[in-house]
Amino acid sequence: MSFLEYAPAPESQAILNLRSEYGLFIDGEFREGHGTPFASISPATEKHVATIAHADASDVDAAVAAARRAYDRTWSRMSGANRGKYLFRIARLVQERSRELAVAESLDNGKPIKESRDVDVPLVAAWFFYYAGWADKLDHVGLGAAPAPLGVAAQVIPWNFPLLMLAWKIAPALAAGNTVVLKPAETTSLTALLFAEIVQQADLPPGVVNIITGAGETGAALVGHGDVDKVAFTGSTSVGRAIAKQVAGTSKKLTLELGGKAANIVFDDAPIDQAIEGIVNGIFFNQGHVCCAGSRLLVQESIHDEVIDRLKTRLSTLRLGDPLDKNTDIGAINSAEQLERIRELSDVGEAEGAERWTAACTIPENGFWYAPTIFTNVSTSHRIAREEIFGPVLSVLTFRTPAEAIAKANNTPYGLSAGIWTDKGSRILAVADKLRAGVVWANTFNRFDPSSPFGGYKESGYGREGGRHGIAAYLKTAAPAAAVAPAPARKTVSKGATK
Amino acid sequence: MTSTQIVPGERAVALLGGEANDANLRRYLHGIPGVDAVGLEQRAAGLGTRSIKTTSKAWALDRIIGLVDLTTLEGADTPGKVRSLVAKAVTPDPADPSCPRVAAVCVYGDMVPHAVQALGSAHGDPDQGKIAVAAVATAFPSGRSSRSIKLEDTADAVAAGADEIDMVIDRGAFLAGRFGQVYDEIVAVKEACRRPDGTYAHLKVILETGELNTYDNVRRASWLGILAGGDFIKTSTGKVAPAATLPVTLLMLEVVRDWHRLSGEKVGVKPAGGIRASKDAIKYLVTVAETVGEEWLTPHLFRFGASSLLNDVLLQRQKMTTGHYSGPDYVTID
Repeated sequence: MSFLEYAPAPESQAILNLRSEYGLFIDGEFREGHGTPFASISPATEKHVATIAHADASDVDAAVAAARRAYDRTWSRMSGANRGKYLFRIARLVQERSRELAVAESLDNGKPIKESRDVDVPLVAAWFFYYAGWADKLDHVGLGAAPAPLGVAAQVIPWNFPLLMLAWKIAPALAAGNTVVLKPAETTSLTALLFAEIVQQADLPPGVVNIITGAGETGAALVGHGDVDKVAFTGSTSVGRAIAKQVAGTSKKLTLELGGKAANIVFDDAPIDQAIEGIVNGIFFNQGHVCCAGSRLLVQESIHDEVIDRLKTRLSTLRLGDPLDKNTDIGAINSAEQLERIRELSDVGEAEGAERWTAACTIPENGFWYAPTIFTNVSTSHRIAREEIFGPVLSVLTFRTPAEAIAKANNTPYGLSAGIWTDKGSRILAVADKLRAGVVWANTFNRFDPSSPFGGYKESGYGREGGRHGIAAYLKTAAPAAAVAPAPARKTVSKGATK
Repeated sequence: MTSTQIVPGERAVALLGGEANDANLRRYLHGIPGVDAVGLEQRAAGLGTRSIKTTSKAWALDRIIGLVDLTTLEGADTPGKVRSLVAKAVTPDPADPSCPRVAAVCVYGDMVPHAVQALGSAHGDPDQGKIAVAAVATAFPSGRSSRSIKLEDTADAVAAGADEIDMVIDRGAFLAGRFGQVYDEIVAVKEACRRPDGTYAHLKVILETGELNTYDNVRRASWLGILAGGDFIKTSTGKVAPAATLPVTLLMLEVVRDWHRLSGEKVGVKPAGGIRASKDAIKYLVTVAETVGEEWLTPHLFRFGASSLLNDVLLQRQKMTTGHYSGPDYVTID
């Protein structure tokens, strides 16, 4: 037998106690929606997971009304210290139920259990802990003494990190004193609904957190609702643009975290083995369903062949399969629709003359899967070098000088993140300074921390989530606005230390 | 041992394109890409999360036993202690005859005759199910002695029947940048491993990574050990903390992998010291398999330098057959 064919090590689903049907979570309780309920399936097996309620306009009204009541009567009047207590309680409950949440996330989203267990859920807890600490320290956000919350926040989140994106949205909003109505993505509602149970368990006042499920029109109704003060959206640039239009001319505040086509720049003096890991982590983490994924590899021409050679060897050790198996590296693509888009763009890449290489792996019979793929010979004019594929597909381009690397990295309508790999510290600083991206990782990639602001340049959106900037986005800027404008969002350079 | 014989000095001249002196070695070793400590440790931690269950675990436990250099390196070692160690090496689990034997026993040079005698017909090539005798040499563990003493130490052990020599590099010279001196010494020790019939005892080059301190140094020393003709590169003496760690072993495996890509030759890796639990040893197997490939999981390419590890593996092994844990009195002390 081959040792490398590790025996199956599936995480048990016994810990999950799912209901067959989930309603909308409004005013502290689950209730039926007025739309036609829809099924949530597991993308790895296409099996039915649960039936989810569909919120129509009247449900959106009810949710916003509940949030408004909670805002007026309790949450905005509560002391920051007490709000913090609730948030700490939620953070602890997330930790207590972490295994259950990880299993639910992998089941519903298709991401490998090792990622939901070791990345998503721990970060969710970290986000609540971090913002719980801010709740009684709002005087120090930089907006003057006792800044006021905005009111009711409408939050719409994507399917790639369902629970983590919920935490990014809800934790700062509640810490600042807002109440929220959140809509998870249609294909990944499950963990948001488990979170609603945690909200009940934490005994949060009814209406502070409302979770409504549904598809695009539910989101549009929520965002467009007249009694909403703040809109926060994470998702595609096209939907973000529509929301910006919808919200324009109203008093609603808006933050958008949209697509990306990040450049991961590998210089010829890079720590090569760690750079290979960083490339893999950059684009194959979460099946490439990451807005800040390092989907454009910019590698110095002198080491191109060696890097590609090593990368292919490394990719051949990735395990694709059952997301609940603890040894799975690459899980399922979230939906048939997304799989189709990945296929379509990959085919375009091939038609445009790029060279395609796919890791040899067995694709399971059912479910949605895409084997890790690399395109070499990619030019800046190819569609796969410009458009966000949002899948496990890497486009490799080359450069000759640092100036060319910077020019190519910035030559995109997006600007969410970038990576730099070099052993030379001064180069890291010089290049990071010129990259137009909200986050620049040096000798690492896809690292997240609640204290670090995250957000985009250009078509990757505006506003920052995380850190002090993240909570400022949920607070009123004291008048006169110009006098105490919030500090401009800065890019974050996180440095992987070299021993 | 089945692998091809390596002639000392041959590797370096071909690669450096010149003599292996301080300047040439420095130029080469400092031209190797650096190591990012955060990234290396992250990768090692990632490999450590592999979940090895049921049939894979059973295979792994048996294989770990077959890769152990069962070791006693104490000032208090006596012929009696060595005989006891050998008996344990031959029959790790008296209650289970299906239990594999270890790869080798590892002792000080003066204990080699006792080990050879005690092994008797069991002495031989671990690839053929026999047990080799490894001796530490070259003024182990510090290596602070004259070149002539080190070479004599080595030659003595080989003459007494040692199949493998575990030498220490001169860390002082390495840290002072005298790469040529470290290189020459390894070459000379390798030459001292030569038997009258022209074959060589296998040479394991101990880097003592705990004293080299940085991953960049470990990587350079690994290259140096291989270039000078080492059959194995080994992490530690076990006398300095930290001894073997998973990131250091991963790094050395990456060098071995790169050497194989470059030359087609297969060099072995031996983490030694500090690996006490089966669970940890399994992480090392995973790291080997996913870095250089499963074919490295054989006694002439991978070893564990350990003593207490064996009993933990035996307890785990018993647990897999009986379904319950026993205790330290259900495995033998050596």
